[in-house]
Amino acid sequence: MPQVTYIEHDGNEHRVEVEDGLSVMRGAVDNGVPGIDADCGGQCACATCHVFVDEAWLARTGDKGEQEESMLSFAAAAQPNSRLSCQIEMTADLDGLVVRLPEAQH
Amino acid sequence: MNAPVNMDHEALARSLPLDKLDVSDPALFRDDVWMPYFSRLRREDPVHWTAESMFGPHWSITKYNDIMKAELAHKALSSDSSLGGITIRDRPADLRLPMFIAMDPPQHDEQRKAVQPIVAPGNLAKLEGIIRERVVRILDGLPRGETFNWVDRVSIELTVQMLATLFDFPFEDRRKLSHWSDCATAFPMPGGLIETEEQREGVFAECLAYFTNLWNERVNADPRPDLISMLAHAEATRNMTPREFLGNLILLIVGGNDTTRNSISGGVLFLHQNPAEFAKLRANPALVESMVPEIIRYQTPLAHMRRTAVADTEIGGKRIREGDKVVMWYISGNRDEEAIEEPDRFIIDRKRPRQHLSFGFGVHRCVGNRLAEMQLKILWEEILQRFPKIEVVGEPKRIYSAFVHGITDLPVRIPA
Repeated sequence: MPQVTYIEHDGNEHRVEVEDGLSVMRGAVDNGVPGIDADCGGQCACATCHVFVDEAWLARTGDKGEQEESMLSFAAAAQPNSRLSCQIEMTADLDGLVVRLPEAQH
Repeated sequence: MNAPVNMDHEALARSLPLDKLDVSDPALFRDDVWMPYFSRLRREDPVHWTAESMFGPHWSITKYNDIMKAELAHKALSSDSSLGGITIRDRPADLRLPMFIAMDPPQHDEQRKAVQPIVAPGNLAKLEGIIRERVVRILDGLPRGETFNWVDRVSIELTVQMLATLFDFPFEDRRKLSHWSDCATAFPMPGGLIETEEQREGVFAECLAYFTNLWNERVNADPRPDLISMLAHAEATRNMTPREFLGNLILLIVGGNDTTRNSISGGVLFLHQNPAEFAKLRANPALVESMVPEIIRYQTPLAHMRRTAVADTEIGGKRIREGDKVVMWYISGNRDEEAIEEPDRFIIDRKRPRQHLSFGFGVHRCVGNRLAEMQLKILWEEILQRFPKIEVVGEPKRIYSAFVHGITDLPVRIPA
């Protein structure tokens, strides 16, 4: 199974196996990784599963959709490498993905 | 519908012909009898057309997933104030106030971003200490062994203090904020807080004059982290017309006031009605964390948000036509058994407590959601430190409104 490393704001790392086809948000929520709230449950409607994608993985995680872009524009501390993790679907190609979590989700 | 209060609402909700079913009657919320009507709609006609109501013809969207879909369809379903804005009641066309919640992208996004930093994580962390200090002062000043109105002494007092801080508003005048907020949302009727729209405009003029002084003070000073200074200095908002300034003030005042206030009152009532949940909380105070979003779901302080269709669209199999008024009933979606397990029960340790509609979803999602949660969390942490219980000793009085779902009087007694 492909693995994702979630790095909390304080540096604490969580390495988690996430099934193909599940979202990076789901991987965190289902495995109790703190720091991803996902209030809307994966509908790209709240921006509380905000992550920063490690630069090395940016090309492979694809482009933001229009709705994602506009939700992210309201997230605190959004950066060019910000994504909503409910919009990144796991594939074998993303095995080893590294994402960092913001200080808090809004 | 105008059903008398002592009516058997379960029976009436079951027997009314569907085309006579109108869930927008404010009396249903004042009398706290709205539940069976929405429950029937969710079962039999989840996207429901009401041809006649005191607010005119409109669609009612009652199920969680359909509401989510409507929230995301902001291109077809507009929030624009000139079309009627975000509440079911249409104000006279010349009195409609522009404000960013009642704008569509891109203007909405630009103005919203001007105030968003007030609730950034760093700023919330700064506010936490201030809130706790005030909560402690308010709670320690409450009488023991005598009846008082929790709404006035705690819910209103705490939220106006917070709001005064966010605006950097003269503290001694803070009750003006709750007064303006109440006037902004009051249903105009004889004997009511607001009797006519003219009277409301008079209150608005007073509010605008007061805030214009604050604006003038701040526009000429260096930017500071309060809402007025932020509006006065941000590119998107510094050239607002007076009506737009007023509109955004009313939005921030109502948004920061009514909602948290009524969740604070609701929480006391729910724990009184559910002693087993209160016992659970006492045994494990860490449950405050998951109880807070549950209070916000269960109260649903704003019963709905409204949109106006600017293109034909389809929701829940119904064809919505351009020009139609569409009401997303958060209060009903939050009781949808297909989205939330045992939705009519107040359960403080739900697994996904934040999965509720009270803050809305999509681009208009509540700016202050985490601040609201933080205020409630601190309040309950401090209540648990002090009071073994808060007894509700009389019937709560509720607001006559299909929009603000709130409580004006909650008589309580804290044992001596």
